[in-house]
Amino acid sequence: MIAKLLATLKKVWVVLRKPSVHYSLGFLTLGGFIAGVIFWGGFNTALSVSNTEAFCISCHEMENNVYQEMQSTIHFTNRSGVRATCPDCHVPHNWTDKIARKMQASKEVWGKVFGTINTPEKFEAKRRELAEHEWARLKANDSLECRNCHNFDYMDFTRQSPRAAAMHSTSLASGEKTCIDCHKGIAHHLPDMQGVEGW
Amino acid sequence: MKTLLGISAVALVSVLLSSSFSVSAEPIPADKIATLREAPLNVEPTPPAMQKVINSDVKEVRNYPMQPPVIPHKIDGYQVNLKVNKCMSCHDRSRTGDSQAPMVSVTHYMDRENNFLATLSPRRYFCTQCHVPQLDAKLLVPNDFVDMDTLIKADINKEAKH
Ligand code: HEC
Ligand code: HEC
Ligand code: HEC
Repeated sequence: MIAKLLATLKKVWVVLRKPSVHYSLGFLTLGGFIAGVIFWGGFNTALSVSNTEAFCISCHEMENNVYQEMQSTIHFTNRSGVRATCPDCHVPHNWTDKIARKMQASKEVWGKVFGTINTPEKFEAKRRELAEHEWARLKANDSLECRNCHNFDYMDFTRQSPRAAAMHSTSLASGEKTCIDCHKGIAHHLPDMQGVEGW
Repeated sequence: MKTLLGISAVALVSVLLSSSFSVSAEPIPADKIATLREAPLNVEPTPPAMQKVINSDVKEVRNYPMQPPVIPHKIDGYQVNLKVNKCMSCHDRSRTGDSQAPMVSVTHYMDRENNFLATLSPRRYFCTQCHVPQLDAKLLVPNDFVDMDTLIKADINKEAKH
């Protein structure tokens, strides 16, 4: 058993040691390196291209529904001129989470291409389910994407409206609630909220 | 003849009424009565700066007991349609514990026959039909509303003098 394994290993080693007939070792190493860079770069470029708002709304269901709705909200235009784009709220910064979310989004693209959500009506019908995915995600990560821009530690309650300050200094400060518990529908129209906690 | 008499009686009464209640406050200048647009129809004037909504969360006194209270905060982007009613996510009976907001009055749970319902009456669903936020804006038209308490007080004073 062990002898057989050793024999195979030896064969492999011999093949690996044999100089390349056509290309030099230097070429192969360098080539491999460059190919690696191109592949990795290409992957990440594709990733970052698909991480722009222009990409998100290049598909009509997004442009006609959620993007339109967002334009009248504070995250589209405001006095400070800071804009939140789709990936700011919907794509995690952390690499593994990012890939995971992309795979999930691909499912939604699949839904688009193969007709599950290719009309506004079908989108409306699916909206509660899609929204629930986002609520669950934000609830699970303590509204990380909101906090990337809104840092609780730097919130000045004295500059907030009394209502906001009252809520933020109690339920939020104690960790009992997170942003998405109270700020659902911050960027889009809400679906039918029957049965959602707090509605 | 009878109708003529009737009409002139009505006319007389209304003239009397309007003269006795005529307002002494400063009127809108004559050249502004027709329009507040202040630009020819084919010119798009620069709109005036947007007024800030009062967002103090301090209750405003009602001018008479039946007045729908005005909203003391911003309601930008609050969705009220067939799907959701954002106002009720704080002002509903079951939500006031968390929100500490005033509950909508009991009339909002009554239908027009005064039967009590378990949930918001459909005729009270669209909040902004009666309740609106306020701007800290200059009055365009003078308002000479007199609170009824003031009227009663004035009456008492008058009687005391006689
Ligand atoms: C790209 C950064 C960014 C992200 C991500 C972001 N916001 Fe904001 N948010 C802003 C800016 C900028 C403003 C407007 C500040 C201003 O000018 O008043 C704002 C305003 C707000 C307001 C105030 C609304 C009002 O009417 O005054 C709320 C509430 C809010 N954000 C909640 C959220 C929540 C909840 C999330 C997560 C789902 C989130 N934000 C994600 C940048 C961001
Ligand atoms: C317990 C409920 C609650 C939680 C949790 C909560 N908020 Fe709020 N927030 C409110 C209320 C209520 C208001 C005021 C009313 C409104 O804007 O609709 C408000 C207002 C705001 C405003 C506008 C400030 C102002 O002066 O009006 C911002 C910005 C904001 N929230 C961000 C956040 C962020 C970011 C988080 C998470 C870190 C968060 N909130 C968590 C209830 C909450
Ligand atoms: C300020 C953060 C924020 C931004 C910016 C934002 N979203 Fe959302 N999005 C949310 C939240 C929160 C939800 C969960 C549902 C809700 O509360 O409205 C959501 C839900 C969705 C949904 C599920 C369906 C629905 O309406 O609930 C889609 C699709 C979506 N967003 C797409 C987009 C696209 C496309 C953009 C860019 C044009 C975008 N979002 C920008 C916060 C944001």
